[in-house]
Amino acid sequence: MSAVIDNHHADHAHGPAKGPMRWVLTTNHKDIGSMYLWFSFAMFLLGGTMAMVIRAELFQPGLQLVAPEFFNQMTTMHGLIMVFGAVMPAFVGLANWMIPMMIGAPDMALPRMNNFSFWLLPAAFGLLVSTLFMDGGGPNFGWTFYAPLSTTYAPPSVTFFIFAIHLAGISSIMGAINIVATIINLRAPGMTLMKMPLFVWTWLITAFLLIAVMPVLAGVVTMMLMDIHFGTSFFSAAGGGDPVMFQHIFWFFGHPEVYIMILPAFGAVSMIIPAFARKPLFGYTSMVYATAAIAFLSFVVWAHHMFTVGIPLTGELFFMYATLLIAVPTGVKVFNWVSTMFRGSLTFEAPMLFAIAFVILFTIGGFSGLMLAIAPADFQYHDTYFVVAHFHYVLVPGAIFGIFASAYYWLPKWTGFMYDEVLAKTHFWMSFVGMNLAFFPMHFIGLAGMPRRIPDYNMMFANFNMVSSVGAFMFGATQLLFLFIVIKCIRGGPKASAKPWDGAEGLEWTVPSPAPYHTFSTPPDVK
Amino acid sequence: MLRYASAWLGGLSLSVLSSTASAEWTINMTKGVTEVSHSVFNLHMTIFWICVAIGVIVFGVMFWSMFMHRKSRGAVPAKFHENLSVEILWTVVPLIILIGMAVPATKTLIDIYDADESDVDVLVTGYQWRWQYSYLGEDVNFFSNMATSRDEISNAAEKGPNYLLEVDEPLVIPIGQKVRFLITSADVIHSWWVPALAVKKDAIPGFINEAWTRVEEPGIYRGQCTELCGREHAFMPVVVEAKTQEDYAIWLAEKKELAAREAELKDKDWTLEELMERGERVYASACASCHQPNGEGVPPMFPALKGSDMVLNDVAGHISIVVNGSPGTAMPAFGRQLSEVDLAAVITYERNAWENNTGEMVSPLDILEFNEGQ
Repeated sequence: MSAVIDNHHADHAHGPAKGPMRWVLTTNHKDIGSMYLWFSFAMFLLGGTMAMVIRAELFQPGLQLVAPEFFNQMTTMHGLIMVFGAVMPAFVGLANWMIPMMIGAPDMALPRMNNFSFWLLPAAFGLLVSTLFMDGGGPNFGWTFYAPLSTTYAPPSVTFFIFAIHLAGISSIMGAINIVATIINLRAPGMTLMKMPLFVWTWLITAFLLIAVMPVLAGVVTMMLMDIHFGTSFFSAAGGGDPVMFQHIFWFFGHPEVYIMILPAFGAVSMIIPAFARKPLFGYTSMVYATAAIAFLSFVVWAHHMFTVGIPLTGELFFMYATLLIAVPTGVKVFNWVSTMFRGSLTFEAPMLFAIAFVILFTIGGFSGLMLAIAPADFQYHDTYFVVAHFHYVLVPGAIFGIFASAYYWLPKWTGFMYDEVLAKTHFWMSFVGMNLAFFPMHFIGLAGMPRRIPDYNMMFANFNMVSSVGAFMFGATQLLFLFIVIKCIRGGPKASAKPWDGAEGLEWTVPSPAPYHTFSTPPDVK
Repeated sequence: MLRYASAWLGGLSLSVLSSTASAEWTINMTKGVTEVSHSVFNLHMTIFWICVAIGVIVFGVMFWSMFMHRKSRGAVPAKFHENLSVEILWTVVPLIILIGMAVPATKTLIDIYDADESDVDVLVTGYQWRWQYSYLGEDVNFFSNMATSRDEISNAAEKGPNYLLEVDEPLVIPIGQKVRFLITSADVIHSWWVPALAVKKDAIPGFINEAWTRVEEPGIYRGQCTELCGREHAFMPVVVEAKTQEDYAIWLAEKKELAAREAELKDKDWTLEELMERGERVYASACASCHQPNGEGVPPMFPALKGSDMVLNDVAGHISIVVNGSPGTAMPAFGRQLSEVDLAAVITYERNAWENNTGEMVSPLDILEFNEGQ
């Protein structure tokens, strides 16, 4: 891809700057989107490597490869890196690339802030990963960092962890403000709210969730910082503080956070399924309302993560009912996707395969979520591998398959070339089999009674743990194939037309492939 | 390369074969041995079958479309994109199913929360990394440590059938009686779980949580700590032994007698050897998980005792830190956990083990004097 000199208006339009400073100083939404996506993939491989360490240790009972203190650092860092470093930045990257092109805007509304919010991320994660090499090791208290394990009992590096979370949080808040400002202000004439593509809608709602809850996360880590260094006792019972308050504040952030990781995937899948079913999305309006309803409910269910902490009966009942209620709008979405496919004219290219797997496997994760919502049954499920199975089913074939589907769907637009369909389908099937092999047996070992976050276990859990590890290695190795497919696609391949998918809809398909460095300098007219 | 791979695969199939002998392919939750655990199991199965039914319908339609409505079969796409009555139907029907599910769940939950009118009360306290059981009003109080050896964990010895799920002293409860657990923690958050009783409650410093059970059958029921509590989280099992009421009464009487004899020990004249011998046992159960069996600790979180300045030169400081703990660090106040005899023994042990060789002895009387002085 040589620098593109814009073929019209050569007097004011220009291509990217030359040399590495292009990437440091860029304010172009496509450059920043690409950097977000590459950063996210690097973090995905790093967090994945840590998952491989975890699964290798759990391959057999007994302690084989790593000491328990290092094992705890691996589970903690795997969670933190995947949530804050891989999934969230991937969706911000997709938003950067696609939202301006979907609404007919020339760029993001706040391009300089956009650059800053990206460049905070390498700083945040450089800091976070560096704690592994510090005296006493990195964070070892789980990605949920419950106090007082993360305060009084934490390794000294916890201060760096707190600072890293602050940086990543500032980055997310700025990214979210930018997305809201772009969607509210820069839509092309005629693009009313209810004409916006669903990816734009779900991201708008996600951005509001981010703005609402990232400050809460910043607050809770600041309180930890005060407890550790400034003699306060927010979470220390010995000083009159309250360790349960930590969990309330954390999950007030944490539950909306899980929807932050899944709503943009809902949006992307809602665009991909109609494209390959060659049929309009069923129930566009109800999709928008269902997303808003899920976002609203996500603020009133946080204590379902805390059914065993001893909240009063009435509280327990409230959070059980509210959680069950989320199944209704989520069900509406699933039914809409299935109805979109019903009586369509289906083809099964890689984006569609990932999207279909998304619907099926996310629904299975939703089912186990429904089971977990039943408070009395949750006393048996809570903090076992059943929970690990549940959230990996909503996050891996949910968020991550959503990202893969999006990447394959829009790669031709980004690179100007078609990716290798055979390799992409191989990537899909290996990921599909590996992922189910890794995570489905976790339901069984959880129900049989294996707690999460333990490096060693009784022999009665051995068989399924071994199956799970084999699946995890398969899933992990397969992701290198994805890297190869993307690089191959950037370097060449069959030329992609402006609209390579015959059922695809939207403004992004009206510009050439690859998308020129500047698109929609003059807003298009939307009918 | 291929040779390594096949050797690895061979090893894999061997270990699969050898492990199937003892391991199981358990796929479901235990029914348990109490009325509550039975109703929890029934809730679990009900919601599971509801999910299966919904799954069959939704995925059925989906696979039907994927098979019948393929472009390669010449399917022509329909144009519809909404249908109000269908959309209302699939909002209302799930709502009704959920209400149907919430009713029995609420009943069970109300039952679980009713810990009143208990026959036996046990205070369960979590520590890094063991449990303490105190029978309220009975003067019986002991720690329960994992009994699995480090050799089994490091694969140097054959693993027993209750690997990681066995303790030196289990919690003993009578069958047929309502036993109330008051659950708390002395350091970080733990969670006390026995699957067969369907009891799981977090042990939180500064809070006392309630749970209860009424076991119908005598037996040994095993569980584990289920809240990440640090390095040895995997190694703090919960074992409950349910005895008939007669056996329970005998056990309780024995425990009380033992406690009375222990209390007399502090007036005895101790020799260095006796204290060292007792101290070694106390050290192994109370101190070794952090400061390590060899006294070298895991700095900087858990400092070394071997060659430590305080251990070698500062008796008063040593007694003080063991009795009162070190605020703001992971070092707990053992004054509330151990008897004067055990405190004296373990301090003496630390001052003389691992080439510390101070030759100094701290007697139970010294501890008593220290306690009175503060």
